[in-house]
Amino acid sequence: MSVVLEIADVAVRFPGNIARAVDGVSLALRRGEIFGIVGESGSGKSTLANAVMGLLPARSTVTGSIKVNGREVVGLDDLTLRRMRGAEAAMIFQDASASLDPTWPVGDQIAEAVRAHRPGPAREARTKALALMAEVGIPDPARRYGDAPHRLSGGQRQRIVIAAALANDPKLLIADEPTTALDVTIQKQVLELIDRLRRDHGTTVLLITHDLGVVSQVCDRVGVMCGGRLLEVADTQVLFGRPEHPYTRALLAANPAAAPRGTRLPVIPAEWSVETLEQAERAREPTGPGDRR
Amino acid sequence: MSELLRVAGITKRFAAGGPPWARRHVAAIDGVSLAVDRGRTLGLVGESGSGKSTLGRCILGLATPDEGEIVFDGKDVLGLSGRALRDFRRRVQPVFQDPYGSLDPRWSVGRSVRESLDCFKIGMPADRDKRVLELFGRVGLNPALAGRPPSTLSGGQRQRVGIAAALASNPELIIADEPVSALDMSVQAQILNLFMDLQQDLGVATIFITHDLGVVEHVSDRVAVMHFGKLVEVGATDDVMHRPRHDYTRALLAAIPRPKELQQEA
Repeated sequence: MSVVLEIADVAVRFPGNIARAVDGVSLALRRGEIFGIVGESGSGKSTLANAVMGLLPARSTVTGSIKVNGREVVGLDDLTLRRMRGAEAAMIFQDASASLDPTWPVGDQIAEAVRAHRPGPAREARTKALALMAEVGIPDPARRYGDAPHRLSGGQRQRIVIAAALANDPKLLIADEPTTALDVTIQKQVLELIDRLRRDHGTTVLLITHDLGVVSQVCDRVGVMCGGRLLEVADTQVLFGRPEHPYTRALLAANPAAAPRGTRLPVIPAEWSVETLEQAERAREPTGPGDRR
Repeated sequence: MSELLRVAGITKRFAAGGPPWARRHVAAIDGVSLAVDRGRTLGLVGESGSGKSTLGRCILGLATPDEGEIVFDGKDVLGLSGRALRDFRRRVQPVFQDPYGSLDPRWSVGRSVRESLDCFKIGMPADRDKRVLELFGRVGLNPALAGRPPSTLSGGQRQRVGIAAALASNPELIIADEPVSALDMSVQAQILNLFMDLQQDLGVATIFITHDLGVVEHVSDRVAVMHFGKLVEVGATDDVMHRPRHDYTRALLAAIPRPKELQQEA
């Protein structure tokens, strides 16, 4: 099976922080798989995703190698990155409204994504946008095309963003907490959509989430991150059935749905706890709240 | 178990567009009735817009229902004023999702907790600082944090401060609106443990409002399910979670991604 995303010994540092946000992560994603990365706040999961897209602030330092479709991303110039984003790899985020222009018809925003990489007549882009809207399950696309984002529900807005991300048939889709802001019934629909799209298009999906339930529902393989490190990678079934790393075991046990009712939930050992890591960071920088999430 | 709170047929409408002479209204809560026993936990679940938070706000007196009655400890609370209202507010306390929003950023967290003691004139003023430190201990916070501003605390610590502030007035009912939704799994487990300890040690009744069915199942004695402002199902936790009678409850349960099932297969 061909490798679509290859991450080798990647480390990310932000100035002022002694700890690395991402610390020596290596990972290879095969064509057509959904790979989940789970972790708590500050585990480095989003930083890793942003590094793949070249979205980290210029002041950060990235070392190691990230290859999308065999092409090195680390150290690419802005223009080349711009050509890659959307065409070879696309990304969607938790808050779909933030990805959409509130004053613009949603259909035109998808058409814009189409024309960003395939300049051509507006009419063709419009036709393609309508087809994409139908594909992601927007009912009556022709009528919805001209609507501003606020006229759509949260779940439909996320569908529009997914349509725009898929406009140029990227090989890799990175989804950073795509369903965290959605209700469970809508979450289920959006996860089913992502699953169907990768089946139809063979897209590789990197799904970033804090929710082990989401991972169990759609991911083929899972990586568990904590404190910038990738602690464990396993097939989803194996991870939930026989977790190897003590942190993974603790995380699974802390899920209230998995414990008998009314019993005390096992607490994650201090060395892995978000609070300990957060406190250590604050002890170095006594002013102001952290800027994560 | 004796009944502490009874909500009977309450309806709350909000204006929803239309010109002033033909204002349209939408019922955020539509004829909801339920009861909470002393020292018990009622889980109130529903999706966004189901009215679960509005119901919590009505009980707290932060919103006034258009119809129906709310009876706390045998007294109708909607007509309360003056001293009786103050006493009701002492006995029913809120805990919100975002403790950062409930704490004054310029005050030390200890002062925020003390404010509740001052407001309800609990104990002698000279003893109140000591009581604040006791409360910190009660919720598992290092008393040394009392002098710090909220910005230097972690999310879990801030939620503990929020709980300490709610407990300051010795309430009989706590209305907790998504108290663990903003927290990471490791911190969420600790705060849920704290809620269960408090219930056991202090016998305080809780209405636990959340969208997370896993959390509700873990902490609640009874569960009420809301959908579009209506109460679709209420019953013992095991019955609602394992033998749901209403179609919506079934759909909601089917939508939760459950790692548990995978564990059994493996």
